[in-house]
Amino acid sequence: MQVTSSVRQPLVTGGKTYHDVTHDISRQVEGKPSLLWFLAFLTAAGVLALGAIALVATLWEGIGMWGLNKTVGWAWDITNFVWWVGIGHAGTLISAVLLLFRQKWRTSINRAAEAMTIFAVICAAQFPIIHMGRPWLGAYWALPLPNTFGSLWVNFNSPLLWDVFAISTYFSVSLVFWYIGLIPDFATIRDRATGLRKTIYGALSFGWDGAAKTWMRYESVSLILAGLATPLVLSVHTIVSFDFATSVIPGWHTTIFPPYFVAGAIFSGFAMVLTLMIITRKVFKLEDYITIGHIELMNIVIIITGSIVGIAYITEFFIAWYSGVEAEQYAFINRATGPYWWAYWSMMTCNVISPQLFWFKKIRTSIVATFLLSLVVNIGMWFERFVIIVTSLHRDYLPSSWAMFYPTWADVGVYLFTFGLFFSLFFLFAKFFPVINMAEVKSVLKSSSEKVVK
Amino acid sequence: MKENKKTYWKGLEQLSNDPEFVKHADREFPELPSNLSEEGNASRRDFLKLMGFSLAAASLAACETPVRKAIPYVNKPVDINPSIPNYYASTFASGGDYAAVVVKTREGRPIKIDGNELSPINKGKVNAIVEASVLSLYDKQRLAGPMIAGEKSDWKTVDEQVKSKLASAGTVKVVTNTILSPSTEKAIQEMGAAFGGVEVITYDPISNYGIVKANETYYGQGVIPSYHFDKAKTIVSFGADFLGTWISPIEFAGAYAKTRKISKEKPEMSRHYQFESNMSMTGANADYRTPIKASQSGLAVLALYNAIASKAGAATVSAPKVEIANIDKAANDLWAAKGASLVVSGSNDPNVQVVINAINELLGNNGSTIDFTTPVHFRKGNDARMNQFIGELKGGQVGAVIFYNCNPVYDHPRGAEVAEGIAKAKVSVATNGTMDETSSLVQIVAPDHHFLESWNDFEPKFGHYSLSQPTISPLFDTRQAQDSFLTWGGSSSNYYDFLRMNWESSVFTQVETGGEFQEFWDKALYNGVISANKITAALAPVGDVSAAASEVAKAYKADNAGAELVIYTKVGIGNGTFANNPWLQEMPDPITKATWDNYLTVSQSWAVENGVTMVEENTRKAQITVNGKSLIVPILVQPGQAKGTFGLALGYGRTKAGRVADGVGVNAYDLLEASKGFVNFDITSGVEIAVTADTYKIARTQTHQTFMGRENVIQEATLADYKQDASAGRYKPEIYKDGEFVKPSKISLWKGHQYSQHHWGLAIDMNSCIGCGACTVACQVENNVAVVGKQEVLNRREMAWIRIDRYYSSDAAADDLTGLEMASENPEVTFQPMMCQQCNNAPCETVCPVAATTHSSEGLNQMTYNRCIGTRYCANNCPYKVRRFNWFKYHDNKDFAGVNIAQNDDLGKMVLNPDVTVRVRGVMEKCSMCVQRIQAGKLTAKREKRKVQDGEINVACAVACPTDALVFGDMNDPNSKVSQLLKIEENSTSALKEVAEERAYHVLEEINVSPNVWYFTKIRNKEKNEA
Repeated sequence: MQVTSSVRQPLVTGGKTYHDVTHDISRQVEGKPSLLWFLAFLTAAGVLALGAIALVATLWEGIGMWGLNKTVGWAWDITNFVWWVGIGHAGTLISAVLLLFRQKWRTSINRAAEAMTIFAVICAAQFPIIHMGRPWLGAYWALPLPNTFGSLWVNFNSPLLWDVFAISTYFSVSLVFWYIGLIPDFATIRDRATGLRKTIYGALSFGWDGAAKTWMRYESVSLILAGLATPLVLSVHTIVSFDFATSVIPGWHTTIFPPYFVAGAIFSGFAMVLTLMIITRKVFKLEDYITIGHIELMNIVIIITGSIVGIAYITEFFIAWYSGVEAEQYAFINRATGPYWWAYWSMMTCNVISPQLFWFKKIRTSIVATFLLSLVVNIGMWFERFVIIVTSLHRDYLPSSWAMFYPTWADVGVYLFTFGLFFSLFFLFAKFFPVINMAEVKSVLKSSSEKVVK
Repeated sequence: MKENKKTYWKGLEQLSNDPEFVKHADREFPELPSNLSEEGNASRRDFLKLMGFSLAAASLAACETPVRKAIPYVNKPVDINPSIPNYYASTFASGGDYAAVVVKTREGRPIKIDGNELSPINKGKVNAIVEASVLSLYDKQRLAGPMIAGEKSDWKTVDEQVKSKLASAGTVKVVTNTILSPSTEKAIQEMGAAFGGVEVITYDPISNYGIVKANETYYGQGVIPSYHFDKAKTIVSFGADFLGTWISPIEFAGAYAKTRKISKEKPEMSRHYQFESNMSMTGANADYRTPIKASQSGLAVLALYNAIASKAGAATVSAPKVEIANIDKAANDLWAAKGASLVVSGSNDPNVQVVINAINELLGNNGSTIDFTTPVHFRKGNDARMNQFIGELKGGQVGAVIFYNCNPVYDHPRGAEVAEGIAKAKVSVATNGTMDETSSLVQIVAPDHHFLESWNDFEPKFGHYSLSQPTISPLFDTRQAQDSFLTWGGSSSNYYDFLRMNWESSVFTQVETGGEFQEFWDKALYNGVISANKITAALAPVGDVSAAASEVAKAYKADNAGAELVIYTKVGIGNGTFANNPWLQEMPDPITKATWDNYLTVSQSWAVENGVTMVEENTRKAQITVNGKSLIVPILVQPGQAKGTFGLALGYGRTKAGRVADGVGVNAYDLLEASKGFVNFDITSGVEIAVTADTYKIARTQTHQTFMGRENVIQEATLADYKQDASAGRYKPEIYKDGEFVKPSKISLWKGHQYSQHHWGLAIDMNSCIGCGACTVACQVENNVAVVGKQEVLNRREMAWIRIDRYYSSDAAADDLTGLEMASENPEVTFQPMMCQQCNNAPCETVCPVAATTHSSEGLNQMTYNRCIGTRYCANNCPYKVRRFNWFKYHDNKDFAGVNIAQNDDLGKMVLNPDVTVRVRGVMEKCSMCVQRIQAGKLTAKREKRKVQDGEINVACAVACPTDALVFGDMNDPNSKVSQLLKIEENSTSALKEVAEERAYHVLEEINVSPNVWYFTKIRNKEKNEA
């Protein structure tokens, strides 16, 4: 057993015992849903339904329902896609990378973060399909399926195809990882439950028996999956960035994109984890498990990734000037001073300037400030993708084709649809699944709880 | 054949007349209960059975698309081979607008109009209006039969009524636009003979009466000469838009372009001066363009006269002093090119035209660039007579009036008075094909055929004839107007026989063929055109310039402070006759790039003074008041507009043209004034302009006006520089690699294609492209490109596969990016046709996830609509932004039925090219380089066991181009025109062609997408230091 220095802050506060952990977390699953939960879920489902109107209108009438045009062929669709994929990066990073680095503080947040990852990837995956002119065909034509259309095959040169593989691999690995982690906890709930609930959770727990051998297998599967998932954390957004980096459009054609996108993804993912966790710990009274220490550590990750992103923005400008390519230089000047200057400066303010506030200990240990800044970061990251996609496209090589993009109600509606989807799923998860990994928290209880430290 | 009396039985039951069988004999499925209530005791099982059946039937029906059967010919018509087009020589004429054409028909339907190469006038070329006119054949607004008092009638009743009414009407007047047809004129006279004579009153909506009148005064004959722009080394135009709308623009554009073609072997081109108020397409092509006020235009002409006269030693005339840039320079150049220069004016003021005549006389142009021996007939309108006639009509002095395919209620300045007067005539008849503003007011409408359904002849120029022949049976119960005239005149002959007889007695005798008439006729019909070898006498001045000059000096002012309105004609909409044609409405104006509207063009300085800024499509409206008449029009800020002047286009504001044109724009004919004895298009007094608070959006296909100083896009030079260095103005990017700077094409990720057979390419000469847009409409027709309507153009989603980018120059420094967005006050203009560049290293091809866009073995970038899933990645990654996405379903969609008529109603669909797919929603499309034509050409060559010859295959845009600015061909063939132009090194099958022509360049060469479309630098004939 690893020994934790007594100098370290405890990871679990409030003098929790094993029983306390089981009880505190299972009671959310076992009890009746609270009124607050109902209200929250209904709101999310309402947003989902509202957004569905826009989605149906788009599918029925055509992509013309959106504000796109001959010059700007992607806007909110791919912005939202990249944004959601980015958000979906934190979960795997926390559970896989931090597992490999033996960061114990991850245990109380990894479950929810992974759930968020999966839901965010589900939301992200909507857009590559919805944004197609003919999704009913594209949904399967974009896969390398054997077919009778002649010798038609997909184009392996296309970054969009790489996306298909990247996203689907990431999604399946994350899902399996998440579910494996859930099994011991489902078994715990099963053991406490009676009747139908016992049957359902029994089925979900795959006959977990808690034997030492089972635990051993569990540990090794987790480790293997963590090993598999770690390169994916880096590869997914790298490949998403190839959509832009391999193109010829000034502002897209940039070799810095892969690391810059990965940093941005972790940045926005952590912000989204914070947003959700701050609410969850409050609503479910889990302050002893998700402590200020957790929040502070995540804020530090945000400062680091935010700064990386900031340096990337500046580097892009430098390289545009240094390249001597006229269109490239114009693309960047136009970002900062052109008709979409407000989007650029929103991005700069939200992503580069505001996270620097976390250098102050007072701010990074303040729940309210963290919550607000986590929202700001997510807004900023949405603008980052908007800036990259729209302001690069709207004024590229030939001035005759320069145009503006204005979103329509359907653009907004489809975005809302994914919000509704995300939160509906998250609330269902929060109610029916254990939001904190009981088994793993118990494993650190002995070494890192307040009791031990004291 | 023996009558068949055998009986076939369905089965033994029928033979035996089984009662059970008889009971169910009429039912297909006797086992099924047919009606639940029939037997009164329908069981639950019956109900379920039936429900199951209906459900299954309904779902089965839903699975299957309806089968539309193509019915084969039982007896195949001799000339019609399915899928093989037939071509017929014919003639387009609308009033005096003329083009000899070749009509392409498929399965009996005319689908495309090209120019007739045998024509000495339009020489195989067309303009946008001619191109688009095929769609008006299938216009549902056309009358389906004769009408009496607004009710449907039949021809017998119409004929009886017209005959009896005309007999008792007294005077019979025929009102018409210019008639180019000698036989039609004769038919009208023939009719008149039955009623004691008719008077034909001719007016033209776009009147050139000023020239006719001036020539009458100055030369003693009211004719318009042939102008030979091709022989002119110096051209000076005072507001004449001769490339776009003036008299015979197709002919002039072709001739003009000849003087603009330039090469190392022939580094000479004409020099073109333009003095005008509005920025016209012609002005945009000028080497020196001076914006002048309309009120000064007469004085500018006088100043030029005086400058030339003093050189020629002739007497000058007294004229108020006026400061106009470039007049002296123009005079010097004109004098240097004596006898090979040309001065024209668009003014309709006869006095100005007299001075113009005098200038041309001093320069000795009469007989060289101006040819009175072959006068033209394009404008026969007599404004004075028409004016007088309207008075008579209003005064009730006209017994019978017949409107022969003209619409004066709409397109005459005194249209309202004509409308009022029609009711006072005892008899009013119109032959117009639609219920337009005029024909809806007359008693009887006897609708004429569309020109593609008609026989006719034309004499556009003295001694030059052409024929039109029907290319389709009449679609409606219409009748050729000439047949109506003959019938009403009591003749039993039909017009076809009449026409033949007329030709036998006139044209046949003039053309020495020595054969039979039938032979001559067949040949004339086959060729479509024929020229009699005859000319008329040359004209010498009989009049004097001094009287006209003093009139001009009096009428024009050097210092008019008031607003001036200059009313002009747009290249696409023309005089408004074809306004109901959505192809023309959506064709961007060559200069403003606006669609679906007319608007007030204002100068930049006026806009600044009045606080009007145009951001993208957003603008404000203005109220324009001319002598009491008011219109509300949107404002368009126009660089190059002369200060203090405003432009407004004719042809809009139709009220009864049909659902496409009605309510689009405002009618500027109302503002013209006809009181001076000619229709005056320049209104220099009594004009008030007030900006209103209303905002408005003008749908423009291009909202960014300048090229931002980007040399990788626009490369231009002056002639002086070009003479010194043939690659003047070229931008040659170089990229550092392995210690040296190399051409971008030397560095590539790709191995490069090899084209063992053909390698199609396109060379575009920006020096001869005048921006007229004929190619854009030709492409729309050829490739079934959808029309999307104003709102979708505003959404920046027009579908055009080829566009003409129009760029203004800017005064700003190269690093002043904000300043570069503003065009100069009087900018230089460059036109750049832009279509898919068919890149050899195509960025679109690599990014498509499903390989829907791929490279052909002949260098084409192919688009497979069936495979496209619509990710739009290709369009994003296209550096030229030429890919077009089907945002909506444009065909068979009621939302677009009002504009995209070629793809929505049954009649409109007849114009579709069956060789080109109509694209579904959600797929990407773009220029295919008319791959269907390439394929057809290759198949023909293969069938005939020979190689494809150069020129045999040509793309629609290049065919239409009146200036031959686009040249298409096989770059693997060293003898093809395109290879010769580009000076391609021989025997290379590589995609990368080494081009020796110094002027040729690739747009965006530095990204090495390696296009198969080459541009030739724009050369301006300016002094070196003025570049």
